[in-house]
Amino acid sequence: MADTMIVQIDKVSKSFGKQQILKDVSVDVFEADNLVVFGQSGSGKSVLLKCIIGLLTPDSGTVHVFNKNIQKLKAKELSEVRKQIGFLFQGAALYDSMSVRENLEFPLTKNFEFSKGELDDKVENTLELVNLGDAIDKMPSELSGGMRKRIGLARSIITDPRLMLYDEPTTGLDPISSKDISELIRNLQHELKMTSIVVTHDLICAEIIADKAIFLRDSMVAFEGKIPELTKSDDPFLKNFFSNEIIKE
Amino acid sequence: MNLPPIKHTRRPTFKEMTYNFLATITGLTLFNIEFVKQVFIPPYEIGEIRKHMDELGVKTFPIVSVTGIIIGLVLAMQTWPVLQRFGATDFLPSMVALSVIRELGPVLTALIFAGRVSSGIGAELGSMRVTEQIDAMEVSGVNPFRYLVVTRVVATTMILPLLTIYVIFLALAGAYIAVIIVENMNFAYFQNAVVDSIQFGDLIPGIAKTFVFGFIVGIVGAYKGYTADGGTEGVGRASTTSVVVASLLILVFDMVLVKVSLWLWPTL
Repeated sequence: MADTMIVQIDKVSKSFGKQQILKDVSVDVFEADNLVVFGQSGSGKSVLLKCIIGLLTPDSGTVHVFNKNIQKLKAKELSEVRKQIGFLFQGAALYDSMSVRENLEFPLTKNFEFSKGELDDKVENTLELVNLGDAIDKMPSELSGGMRKRIGLARSIITDPRLMLYDEPTTGLDPISSKDISELIRNLQHELKMTSIVVTHDLICAEIIADKAIFLRDSMVAFEGKIPELTKSDDPFLKNFFSNEIIKE
Repeated sequence: MNLPPIKHTRRPTFKEMTYNFLATITGLTLFNIEFVKQVFIPPYEIGEIRKHMDELGVKTFPIVSVTGIIIGLVLAMQTWPVLQRFGATDFLPSMVALSVIRELGPVLTALIFAGRVSSGIGAELGSMRVTEQIDAMEVSGVNPFRYLVVTRVVATTMILPLLTIYVIFLALAGAYIAVIIVENMNFAYFQNAVVDSIQFGDLIPGIAKTFVFGFIVGIVGAYKGYTADGGTEGVGRASTTSVVVASLLILVFDMVLVKVSLWLWPTL
């Protein structure tokens, strides 16, 4: 594993009103790491991702991505950093008014200069990677949940990002589609050599995609280590969480 | 851009209503400032502006066409008996022309435009906000404000004056139809009476204020949609409040602009 630091989160805290979401959260992610972030609903997993990409600003602490302090970047510099990051949203966030082709072309035409032929090749090749070559002229409303996730994934990776952020990539999918998406993400990670951070509470997905994990509990990092260590932990809370039992505290 | 949040409660207290009113005014002001900062920065997204002019403007043609003809027709038919009482029916063409050009054409077109377009922009951007499409645009290195807001506001500002001129022509046509129904007035006489009664000072303020109205329709819809929250309920709220706020602002600014035009052209 290379030593290049990709993401460095240092004592990040974030509150919404009186509700503390993150408290002194620190995580380091190195190049080619595949980190999964576990936690109950509302534990601040998605907030952490949004702090990494600069959609939310932490109340305290710092977030460095590619050795740049995200909070201190000007809009143009932040935009340059974001061009190297892919983000798969929970609901895929496909642009409703654009076809699949236009969705995929959008980040390319706005950030890079490609000829029409290069653009077509890039879009077609990326759609082939997610096994949806024949959906190129469809509108998002014509796609199933799993297809939308795949197209969202294709749009995120089309710019060849160095870092991929996945927000609940398998939520809302049936177990087979969920496994398909997880395997697709793992294959892409190997093929494109990306660093990734995955927010999920789907253990099967996490085991397929990631090799490191953190667990957020009570706004803080309650566990950090390898996934098998996490699932075999003696902590009753973690045991209950991973055996899908109702937690009574 | 940090805009003050609006608090949504089922039964807002007076304090909450006051807060929300001030937050809306502050938010709209900051949104306007951001627009001015962004509008001159390239890329100018001409293709998007043209697309919105087509979608927001050209597709409003049917409803404003009907409105235009009916304004002229009803105004002429209602005024005719009154003028007849004073033996002043010859003044009907100039009276209709001045009313439609100075006031009714610009304001009614703007209100119809607000009803259709401001709510549409509010709903579209609101839906994009709650489904994270605006966030997706931002994380892909594109400035969503410039791409979504600036293009729409420029389009509405440019298209409303054109729609208003079209409505004014249709209203005059409607008035002529009414005149033919009640009295067989010669078209040449009607046309001459209209042209003779209109001066430069009548045309410019009437048309100029539609640029302001077009801007209001675009910016209010965009502000409400861009700041929408609370899922589908938030989208509905963005859509309806866009129409209410845009319509109110159109009427308030109309009052102000009439005063300004009277100050600039005192002979009106």
